Amino acid sequence: MCHPPPAVREDESVGWSWGGQELGPDECMNGLDLVSHSQITRLYSRFTSLDKGENGTLSREDFQRIPELAINPLGDRIINAFFPEGEDQVNFRGFMRTLAHFRPIEDNEKSKDVNGPEPLNSRSNKLHFAFRLYDLDKDDKISRDELLQVLRMMVGVNISDEQLGSIADRTIQEADQDGDSAISFTEFVKVLEKVDVEQKMSIRFLH
Amino acid sequence: MLCAALPLLWLPLAGAAATEEPTPEPGSPGEPPPGLALFRWQWHEVEAPYLVALWILVASLAKIVFHLSRKVTSLVPESCLLILLGLVLGGIVLAVAKKAEYQLEPGTFFLFLLPPIVLDSGYFMPSRLFFDNLGAILTYAVVGTLWNAFTTGAALWGLQQAGLVAPRVQASLLDFLLFGSLISAVDPVAVLAVFEEVHVNDTLFIIVFGESLLNDAVTVVLYKVCNSFVEMGSANVQATDYLKGVASLFVVSLGGAAVGLVFAFLLALTTRFTKRVRIIEPLLVFLLAYAAYLTAEMASLSAILAVTMCGLGCKKYVEANISHKSRTAVKYTMKTLASCAETVIFMLLGISAVDSSKWAWDSGLVLGTLFFILFFRALGVVLQTWVLNQFRLVPLDKIDQVVMSYGGLRGAVAFALVILLDKTKVPAKDYFVATTIVVVFFTVIVQGLTIKPLVKWLKVKRSEHHKPTLNQELHEHTFDHILAAVEDVVGHHGYHYWRDRWEQFDKKYLSQLLMRRSAYRIRDQIWDVYYRLNIRDAISFVDQGGHILSSTGLTLPSMPSRNSMAETSVTNLLRESGSGACLDLQVIDTVRSGRDREDAVMHHLLCGGLYKPRRRVVCLNQDPNKAHILHLYKASCSRHFISEDAQERQDKEVFQQNMKRRLESFKSTKHNICFTKSKPRPRKTSRKKDGLANTEATNGKPPRNLSVQDTAAVILTVESEEEEESDSSETEKEDDEGIIFVARATSEVLQEVKVSGSLEVCPSPRIIPPSPTCAEKELPWKSGQGDLAVYVSSETTKIVPVDMQTGWNQSISSLESLASPPCTQAPTVTRLPPCPLAAEEPQHPFNLPYDPRPSFAFPPSLAKAGRSRSESSADIPQQQELQPLMGYEDRTHLSPGTANSHWCIQFNKGSRL
Repeated sequence: MCHPPPAVREDESVGWSWGGQELGPDECMNGLDLVSHSQITRLYSRFTSLDKGENGTLSREDFQRIPELAINPLGDRIINAFFPEGEDQVNFRGFMRTLAHFRPIEDNEKSKDVNGPEPLNSRSNKLHFAFRLYDLDKDDKISRDELLQVLRMMVGVNISDEQLGSIADRTIQEADQDGDSAISFTEFVKVLEKVDVEQKMSIRFLH
Repeated sequence: MLCAALPLLWLPLAGAAATEEPTPEPGSPGEPPPGLALFRWQWHEVEAPYLVALWILVASLAKIVFHLSRKVTSLVPESCLLILLGLVLGGIVLAVAKKAEYQLEPGTFFLFLLPPIVLDSGYFMPSRLFFDNLGAILTYAVVGTLWNAFTTGAALWGLQQAGLVAPRVQASLLDFLLFGSLISAVDPVAVLAVFEEVHVNDTLFIIVFGESLLNDAVTVVLYKVCNSFVEMGSANVQATDYLKGVASLFVVSLGGAAVGLVFAFLLALTTRFTKRVRIIEPLLVFLLAYAAYLTAEMASLSAILAVTMCGLGCKKYVEANISHKSRTAVKYTMKTLASCAETVIFMLLGISAVDSSKWAWDSGLVLGTLFFILFFRALGVVLQTWVLNQFRLVPLDKIDQVVMSYGGLRGAVAFALVILLDKTKVPAKDYFVATTIVVVFFTVIVQGLTIKPLVKWLKVKRSEHHKPTLNQELHEHTFDHILAAVEDVVGHHGYHYWRDRWEQFDKKYLSQLLMRRSAYRIRDQIWDVYYRLNIRDAISFVDQGGHILSSTGLTLPSMPSRNSMAETSVTNLLRESGSGACLDLQVIDTVRSGRDREDAVMHHLLCGGLYKPRRRVVCLNQDPNKAHILHLYKASCSRHFISEDAQERQDKEVFQQNMKRRLESFKSTKHNICFTKSKPRPRKTSRKKDGLANTEATNGKPPRNLSVQDTAAVILTVESEEEEESDSSETEKEDDEGIIFVARATSEVLQEVKVSGSLEVCPSPRIIPPSPTCAEKELPWKSGQGDLAVYVSSETTKIVPVDMQTGWNQSISSLESLASPPCTQAPTVTRLPPCPLAAEEPQHPFNLPYDPRPSFAFPPSLAKAGRSRSESSADIPQQQELQPLMGYEDRTHLSPGTANSHWCIQFNKGSRL
């Protein structure tokens, strides 16, 4: 697992350093090392345009200013996913690291050595990203309450609480294997084993 | 197979032969008017429809015969068999009638046979998959078809220039291009027929199939442009004509799609208002889709595209608007028509091939065409895929490309188009017809036969049909939202961005406009999946549950006095009792014997296993209701209404009850929950309730509860008949009312005894079970005697355990509140979270005191059935679930606490009303 990046860098040129020597040693970045230079440039310009405070980091408000994100039912959760735990700012490195989850998996990556650290865009990491959106209290379990919260955001307002509850119950029952009335990450992976996660959690733009 | 088909064939032939003879017309001049004929042979009047019906019948019978042998159909695609059958039939027709008849006429094909197939494929197209791959589909459909047409045409012309085609084939370059344009299009009918049996993975299927549907626009344009060029003569073609040709490509394709979308809009809008004439809903779907086809055809736009877009566009809204039965009707009619048309097409293709008068064989042309279409198809696919893979998230690999190249089947469209050629303008028409027939036969038979082994041999990823799960649906929605959000963050307006935009637009405007309000309210995909899963479970449960009920009925023969009760449906019983009659259970309280136990057994069985029949209860002593009832009966007699509601709601109740049980048994068996942890209810509670009941009864209120309840029931029925929109909301409310009264009362009581700690909002609902009281060994309804469990009326005619009925009400309405379609107007339930019964009762098997005594009061057969079906660990929970209400008793006893309080509060409500 990747740990939060080191201290926030004020360096304006941080975006450029990805193509250079900094990239190699940082094993956390190995999901990113295939991102092309022009891609990084584009993302960096997007980053700076979002960065209204012009301090090299993004705050939650910066994200919330994106109009489409405001109407996304899971918008807040996804914004939160960009921020390392306990921090209110994210620098370009963290920004890229989050986005790296959605890079498509290349053919040549599949055959890569198994010993190396898992790239950020691996199936497991993609799933873990989604899992963390549910798991608010970070206990590696989706409890009924957590599931209900997400369901409430996603389904229409016309579904009553009981109905939502029964959906949540059934969802948990479907996935639950150890009988703890919660979905652990293992169970989460298991229920989605037939889903083409590699495809459904990838964006071509981040190729 | 022929033995089935032959006699049928002879009949029209004999008839046709008869018509050829000059039959004396009745009343023709010169003949005396014949007397009253006892028998008149009027073949010619019914000839056309009769023949159509017979051909379809022949084709269907042939299909049945084919499918008698699994081995044959698993090896040979049905389309091949049908073509071969057509060949044989054509040969017979030729031999008998001495001329080729019953061929595939282009007019028939385009106006009647093709639309159902295209509508079927468009309507049931997996739209998400289609739009996910739209780019690839469009590329293959447009670029691929153009490429095929031009290369094939040019190569054939080159072949002719090289002298490999006999000089008697008089064709210019333009003629060859025309031929190329009609022979190049992949045929939707053939592709569908073959690929449906191959089961390649979804992406591959949608690409090949989508291409075959969308390339129609290109084919039509190319064909028409080339045809008019040929007719004009190549010398007269101006440069502007080429430009017009290009422009017409856009007009025809976009115009066709636009026509389809307009009709889809109209269709969705119309079905929004059909709630009182459900019966025409399926008809509307077919009519408007066909109208779309004809309109596009009339404006010489792409009709296939129009119908495809119509089906694709309307489905979401139409499915939401029309009733469940109409949905089934649409589905089956569509499938039937499409399969029928497909069968007839292939058979007629076979028959048409026999007609040697149309044939003009040229080996060079035939072999050259075969080679070129295969070669250029493969080349085109490889080139396009290479380009596409630069942009695709999931590249199409080599195996996919092989299947796509090989799956480019030609079919009836090409044949119909080639028949349409004008022989005076295209002198080589006969050669083209022969070549087309060979190509079609080759692709359908040879490629159709070999594609399955090829797919197996290449280990093409097959489609896996796994059951959809709620988790998948939910998490895939999450993925969609995540991707849309990430694209927003990145500022990249890609596919997910636009999909998200479209969904927002659809939700905000389109769905509101095109869906009736009740449907729009409950429209949610996750809910849909949940609902469908429940239905599927319910069906499988009913399949198993049926035998439990019936076997129980069989093992209760020693009920002489109650046999009639067991046989008469409870519906009847309650209907009669509802007519003012009330209940005197003391009448039967004379003998306590084995019969009592059977009574109890029956009682539990009824409580657990039957739906609540209150909706059929008719109260005849209230005048305004009479009108309603009359209306009801009228409605059910009228053919313009399908009085589905009553039956449907009952089905729903049964379903909900069963569902709940299954859910619980699932839970309990899976998690092995032990039922011993629930606390006994303080005795004070029951006494309090008894007191309540006492006061209630001693207040001298007439026991009117039943009639009041029945009144409500009647109104319910009428409402559901008349006003569907309010049905989902208001009836829910009505249904819930019963609980609410109960719930309040109970919670009051509970609060009084200070056990409100157990009334927390749902997550782990807990019901406080009553402690066993002194009335241990009595029947449910008898146990409450002292507490006025039984009401005596002056008109006692029938015996119905009161608590049984209220029990039904409670259990069912609580289940409804849980499993019913969502409604906004069930506020009372949601407003009262600590309502222990509405919210918690369905869960009570969790919390029931678990009494493992073997003498558990259950029909022996029930227990047996339970044991035979599940492990013994699952046995007792299941048994308990079979009596959702009275689960907390043991042996023949129902503890009076809960049940009594329930119904006495129910009475309370009745008298209050």
